[in-house]
Amino acid sequence: MDTTRRGFLAATSAAAGDHAQAADQHHDHDHQAVPSDPTLRVKALESLLVEKGLVDRAAMEALIDAYEHKIGPHNGARVVARAWVDPGYKQRLLADAPAAISELGLPKPSGLLAVENGPRLHNLVVCTLCSCYPSSFLGLPPVWYKSAAYRSRAVIDPRGVLREFGLELPEDVEVRVWDSTAELRYLVLPERPAGSEKLGEEALAALVTRDAMVGVAKAKPPQAGGGA
Amino acid sequence: MNGVHDMGGMHGMGAIHYEKNEPVFHARWESRVFALFRLTRAWNKWNVDVSRRQIESIPAAQYLRMSYYERWFTALGELLVASGLITRAELVKGKRARGSPKATPPITAAQVASMPSAAALARREAPVAPRFQAGQQVRARNLHPVDHTRLPRYARGKLGAIHRDHGVWAFPDAIAHFLSDKPQHVYSVRFAARELWGETASPRDAVYLDLWDDYLEPA
Amino acid sequence: MKATRRGFLTAAGAAAAAQDHVHAQGHDHDHQAVPSDLTLRVKSLESLLVEKGLVDRAALDALVDRYEHAVGPRNGARVVARAWVDAGYKKRLLASAAAAMEELGFASQTGENLVAIENGPKVHNLVVCTLCSCYPWAVLGLPPVWYKSAPYRSRAVIDPRGVLREFGLELPEDAEVRVWDSTAELRYLVLPERPPGAEKLSEEALAALVTRDAMIGVAKVTLPQAGGRP
Repeated sequence: MDTTRRGFLAATSAAAGDHAQAADQHHDHDHQAVPSDPTLRVKALESLLVEKGLVDRAAMEALIDAYEHKIGPHNGARVVARAWVDPGYKQRLLADAPAAISELGLPKPSGLLAVENGPRLHNLVVCTLCSCYPSSFLGLPPVWYKSAAYRSRAVIDPRGVLREFGLELPEDVEVRVWDSTAELRYLVLPERPAGSEKLGEEALAALVTRDAMVGVAKAKPPQAGGGA
Repeated sequence: MNGVHDMGGMHGMGAIHYEKNEPVFHARWESRVFALFRLTRAWNKWNVDVSRRQIESIPAAQYLRMSYYERWFTALGELLVASGLITRAELVKGKRARGSPKATPPITAAQVASMPSAAALARREAPVAPRFQAGQQVRARNLHPVDHTRLPRYARGKLGAIHRDHGVWAFPDAIAHFLSDKPQHVYSVRFAARELWGETASPRDAVYLDLWDDYLEPA
Repeated sequence: MKATRRGFLTAAGAAAAAQDHVHAQGHDHDHQAVPSDLTLRVKSLESLLVEKGLVDRAALDALVDRYEHAVGPRNGARVVARAWVDAGYKKRLLASAAAAMEELGFASQTGENLVAIENGPKVHNLVVCTLCSCYPWAVLGLPPVWYKSAPYRSRAVIDPRGVLREFGLELPEDAEVRVWDSTAELRYLVLPERPPGAEKLSEEALAALVTRDAMIGVAKVTLPQAGGRP
């Protein structure tokens, strides 16, 4: 196998072509919408790579564990809640999100920008070209965010998408859609809900949903008559 | 590449299906694919734009049919074979070829937390001057590269305004081919909804794209 | 079910949306590339429509027969051959294909929405329908699968020379390629160049040389190999 870069590119194109050709010729079997058993094929690849010493199984477990249990929207919620109670922090977050996030003891993301919602401004995040998302900070994106339906519609009909998510915006609100085409990732800083003035940071964080930080929702209102 | 992956503004992609309390992974195999993809990237045989290009090269009908992790899995097999890390026969059989040497994985469990992100890997320190300033009017060029690019079709030829300079980054159209980085400024560019979608769009709304210097020309 | 147009569109939209929904949930069955039960489903629909008196079976058969046997590229080839031998006819054809076709005895309105476009030493025409697969049925019959395919539809407009190259036709750089995207109701017939060395052939022999591919624009008309069959 030619291990030069040109060889790499030639090999991948040839493989993709072969793959497509094979698929065309044997389409009775190959075009199940959900391949009958990705489980087995994935297991086979994993075993192969472990066998060859290309990946470490414990490292795999650690990575999966991190994303299943440790990294998630709660990180973002803390940051948003802090920004709500501390105007200086909010300014720092808007100016340099990675630095502000690491202030809270969280791992510093590389290319994150916070965009602030307001009474006349609503931000929405998408990646039309693939599914880029601030994963290292908010956890992995939901399926709907990665779907062709969302990717195609968010840029052309953001108000229609928001409407489907139950959010109707007045005409005089500006909607800004951020298409994550480069390595910058976007965090929406939702508006602090009315009636939350007395709540502490922890209770505020509980109002901040992942959906609000992507921009398809507002933050949850405080419980009616609820405490801190 | 003018592929189906470049789907901003397309119609007919169906309804958005929202799942409440969605699990991080819907099947165990998804989590394995996720981890394999990240950990094999550490071999530095490919960069993030090479892997995107690989996904984009999945034939259109298959691309649209496949789930997100199935696309990753499909691309991963090809990347591993093309890079020489595994052979086609090994991929098909799922077994190491007899006599092939065993390597040492570059990332252990302890190192997982400190693996650099794709963003960290794409930033460049090169002292390149920006061509545009915040507030300046620009036009996205009418480029149609046959291969990987991050300039969506819906923006080409459209008039926008520089919102912010994000600094210097490697150029995806180049690094997808293992060519030299061509480090250059990336800007946040604001495009009015009406500029993109015509008179019936909101007069107030806008789409912001992060675009490399090479994608832009003065307006 | 509402019989109004609005009702129709609403119902069709709802059905399509329901299909999407169904697809999301039951995609194991719906996405065969070549559905094995398509034959049965078509038969079933045909029977239903005949049963309900909505279509006449003999009419179905006649229509299929017409396009399998009667209407085809031979029609276009006749027009091309006449244009080659008769300069006046060619002029009339380029001005109004409808009238020119009537001249040759085709039923009136056969060439109603047809436009003939002429190739020359420095101009090469190529026809496509990027949006669906529109094609000049009246002169060429039904289109071949490749013409209707996503690869042709997508590439003909952006890389016509690449497409022609794959068809074995290399054009000089100084030739102008015109791609006609059949977006409206006009249909295009390419009038290929008469091959050199064909001066002595009769109109009928000339017509036999004109291929469907040449009238779409993916080929030129050539003489058969020396010593081969005419």
